[in-house]
Amino acid sequence: MKLIFQPRYWNHINGWLLVLPAVFMISLFTHFPIGSNVFHSLFSMGTATRPEAFIGLENYKYLMDDDIFWKVLSNNLVYSLCTVPISIAIALCMALLINRNIRGRSLVRMAFFTPTVLPMIAVANIWLFFYTPEYGLFDQIFTVFGGDSHNWLGNPDSALYCLIVMVIWKESGFFMVFYLAALQQLSPELKEAGLVEGSGSWYYFRRVTFPLLMPTTLFVMVNAVVNSFKLVDHLVIMTKGGPDNASSLLLYYIYENAFSFWDTSYAATLTVILVLILAIITVIQFVVVEKRIHYQ
Amino acid sequence: MKLLEIGIGKTAETLGAWMLGLLWLLPVVFAFWSAFHPAEYSTNFELFAPLTTDNFVRAWSYAPFPRYLLNTFILVTLILAAQFVLCTLAAYGFARFEFFGKNVIFALVLLQLMIMPEILLVENYRTISKMGLLDTIPAIGLPYMASAFGIFLLRQSFKTIPKELVEAAQVEGVSAVGILWKVYVPLSRSTYIAYGLVSVSYHWNNFLWPLVITSSVNSRPLTVGLAIFGAPESGVDWSIITAATVMTMAPLLLAFILFQRQFVQSFMHSGIK
Repeated sequence: MKLIFQPRYWNHINGWLLVLPAVFMISLFTHFPIGSNVFHSLFSMGTATRPEAFIGLENYKYLMDDDIFWKVLSNNLVYSLCTVPISIAIALCMALLINRNIRGRSLVRMAFFTPTVLPMIAVANIWLFFYTPEYGLFDQIFTVFGGDSHNWLGNPDSALYCLIVMVIWKESGFFMVFYLAALQQLSPELKEAGLVEGSGSWYYFRRVTFPLLMPTTLFVMVNAVVNSFKLVDHLVIMTKGGPDNASSLLLYYIYENAFSFWDTSYAATLTVILVLILAIITVIQFVVVEKRIHYQ
Repeated sequence: MKLLEIGIGKTAETLGAWMLGLLWLLPVVFAFWSAFHPAEYSTNFELFAPLTTDNFVRAWSYAPFPRYLLNTFILVTLILAAQFVLCTLAAYGFARFEFFGKNVIFALVLLQLMIMPEILLVENYRTISKMGLLDTIPAIGLPYMASAFGIFLLRQSFKTIPKELVEAAQVEGVSAVGILWKVYVPLSRSTYIAYGLVSVSYHWNNFLWPLVITSSVNSRPLTVGLAIFGAPESGVDWSIITAATVMTMAPLLLAFILFQRQFVQSFMHSGIK
């Protein structure tokens, strides 16, 4: 009896001991802060004269009336809706080009991928100079063609789009890699069959390649959307969210509230919203993946 | 005729790829140009403009870049070492042991893939401050040391290792830890390399969390140092800022150019689920 029982019992203990250190660390810096965020969002900020007090949903009411919050949220939406589809489309084009047997293939691949390994801070510095009025590269090119000087990042109408262009440049090469991996797994017989049937290459791409790449597109899309909510390094360098919050994103607004205005309880409230958004993306991802499996 | 058409199409494709590649490389080339030329040539592209390393010398003298470089190096090494240990142990547990609550725990671990520590920076700052670790290098690394991504990748790799191999080792009387060390780890070498490259480039480039948690030269990594150095209010010349930018990205860029294949393959590997 004892002999049969012992190994199973050891399995449980060994398994738990192995995962415990990592699970403890992850919960300390992920699960615990999520709970703690919700908790702190229900309290007012303590001041020197007044200790922090439980105020229920007061912070959330304030958030609903906060114009900057809505501005930042809509900025983030525009930012995601522009960067995600465009960088995915460019990534797919890059992968299709590189997948052919073209001359200098590995050099071209390197060129596409280089922005991925660069720090966002370095990239932001370089592009900041491109956008500088008068001295910057873009303005110099524009004036050659008789255009006027623009204050690209200083103009509320263009600041966000300037960031979008830069992020597309930075991220496309990263997503290209996943398409390349997927393309290499497609069977060459399929292509031959397509060519024998006399289908044009656009038709072949639309009806065969693109649908087969769908899982990759989904994976890349989720990655890109999450990135568009969690990467705000360039804002610190290029615009500081300005002018007048025209280019601010949600995580940057959280950072500002916590570390510039020192209103950590409002920052906690905003973080709860950000976590909710990411949770919704996760749920959508699961639902879509489930559906795809059911159809097959 | 058809052949000619294919030929033209192919040339057009090659040309297109080259043009796009050139366009993509342009900002980086420009940064190098501006870093190695005197200020007056930073947007004046003359082929024989005089080369100089003066910008680097001046950037080096304006800010403690050697110290920042050392900090980043220590940070990246520390995180990678901790990640390898923690993720290996956890991945082994998840891949080969049946224990109570395993699936629930694994799902909870995967939550970190979506909600990264930098999203929770307000509360993580509070935690680190309670630990008394503000403005230290370990504080920058701590939230990332147990990585769901690493656990996931290694678990996938461990699961592909044939059971027969493990059983053979068991028959020879190798302990559970011995099996991990002598069978699982050596056979997952490529996954370790892939994960290592992705992790090093992520933490070399990471910025927002280090920015909030550090406040002195003793712990600031390169990215934060560069951001402070390049801030418009610092009034430093553009060419010197590009020189500093080139310094920040050079080590990783060099590694990338030397090990291009491994880099691309590692990022590929990390995306396949």
